Amino acid sequence: MEAFLHQLFSGLATGGIYAALALALVMIYQSTHHINFAQGEMAMFSTYLAWTFIDAGVPYWIAFVATVGVSFVLGVIIERVVVRPVEHAPVLSVVIVFIALLVILNSVAGWIYSYTIKTFPSPFEWEAVRNPYLAPHEIGTVGVTVVVLLLLYAFFRYTSLGLAMRAAAQNPVSSRLAGIRVGWMLALGWGLAAAIGAIAGMMIAPVVYLDPNMMSGIMLYAFAAALLGGIDNPIGAVIGGFVVGVVENLAGAYVVGTELKLTVALVLIIGVLLFKPSGLFGRRYVTRV
Amino acid sequence: MGTLLEVKDLHAGYGPTDVLRGVGFAVTEGGITTILGANGAGKTTLLRAVCGLVRRRGYVHFAGEAIESRVTEDIVRLGLAHVPDGRGTFTMLSTEENLRVGAITRRDRKAVEQDMARMYGYFPRLAERRAQQAGTLSGGEQQMLAIARALMLRPKLLVLDEPSFGLAPLVVQDIFRIMRTVNREEKVSILLVEQNARLALELADTAYLLETGQVALSGAAADLRNDETVRAAYLGY
Repeated sequence: MEAFLHQLFSGLATGGIYAALALALVMIYQSTHHINFAQGEMAMFSTYLAWTFIDAGVPYWIAFVATVGVSFVLGVIIERVVVRPVEHAPVLSVVIVFIALLVILNSVAGWIYSYTIKTFPSPFEWEAVRNPYLAPHEIGTVGVTVVVLLLLYAFFRYTSLGLAMRAAAQNPVSSRLAGIRVGWMLALGWGLAAAIGAIAGMMIAPVVYLDPNMMSGIMLYAFAAALLGGIDNPIGAVIGGFVVGVVENLAGAYVVGTELKLTVALVLIIGVLLFKPSGLFGRRYVTRV
Repeated sequence: MGTLLEVKDLHAGYGPTDVLRGVGFAVTEGGITTILGANGAGKTTLLRAVCGLVRRRGYVHFAGEAIESRVTEDIVRLGLAHVPDGRGTFTMLSTEENLRVGAITRRDRKAVEQDMARMYGYFPRLAERRAQQAGTLSGGEQQMLAIARALMLRPKLLVLDEPSFGLAPLVVQDIFRIMRTVNREEKVSILLVEQNARLALELADTAYLLETGQVALSGAAADLRNDETVRAAYLGY
């Protein structure tokens, strides 16, 4: 029983990471109807930035805040420089651009930092909370994820900028007619997605270690989470993230074994696309032809 | 009375084709101008050209500023509120959030709250639907919401694209009554495109008749109402 609960709770902890990354995917999907395949590599790159700060002797939390800030700015720049020019391009061109971004970020990270696996510190090393169910880092991860999700919810629900971003994602023409600078709202969305990714990267790096390919498996789970929850539903994506985290962990421990864990994500993705393409909480669109 | 909006020799269209070929018209400060015309005459394109939603060239001055090369967001911020055809509802937002989006460029928070209350006064139905998702409102309610959202900008000019389209006669009467009130009491000038020529000519002081991208006829609304061709073609008596 103890072992089962341990698997369950640690599933929730990694689920939080998937939830955050899935949310970042959904945010960009909602406003542009594109899946940002480079989301994981952006997060990986941010994590290397954090490593650079920490390696230079900057205290963890200062490095954390600095990384989130720099990632936000980089996200905005990527939207302005890379994504904006293909705004009206066919969907496949955009996919190619995202994949190029993925490959470029991956290679540049390997080039600067080498492909040698590095350790990444966890800020949560409390002895006091030792217990059989959850490691301190897992508790910390859940805490950080919940805070991030609550902050995002409050931002979109209660601030005027959040409202403008929601409006711009839903109806760009009407938004422009209300005076909203829609282009900047998209750039801000990319900035936020990059910042969320940075946090997710820093939280998962102590577990999977730091290397340029650290996010490949994680992003598969995040895609599964976003699809499961409904690719256009932020709350669905978050729930999907936690569900995928728990299912992955339990399946790894009791069903397929850790070696085949990743297939769980693929089975989920294919299963959702086959049987419920709109996801658990997504909207179904009916088009008249 | 000064001129609030002045348009001369306006060409506009989509892709390589021009829909408007040298259109000129004006809206006086505090006035109501209506643009009449058949389907495909270029009425909607005209409104879109004024606020920069389509490719255009020509002379467009609003509130003393040249706006023919400005982007939509900046034109709106000068005080031009456009109620687009199809109403442009933010379907996933609540009624109240839709109104807040209308006032999103404003910084005077207290006045925004007062205006919100004033809109609920004009349109009590919207007050009842305050927290409801706007996409679930009826067509008439969405039209009211679109007008209220535009008024939340505190515009100098309210631009309306076929506000009566697809609505029950009683709802149309209601909407026209409120437009008149807004014009008289809040001194908001109005530029109205309308298929219902009879209603539009009753409300407006100046009218233009658009035919295949050009102004075929213009003058005081009362004169156009008595014009033989207008009567035969657009009023049907």
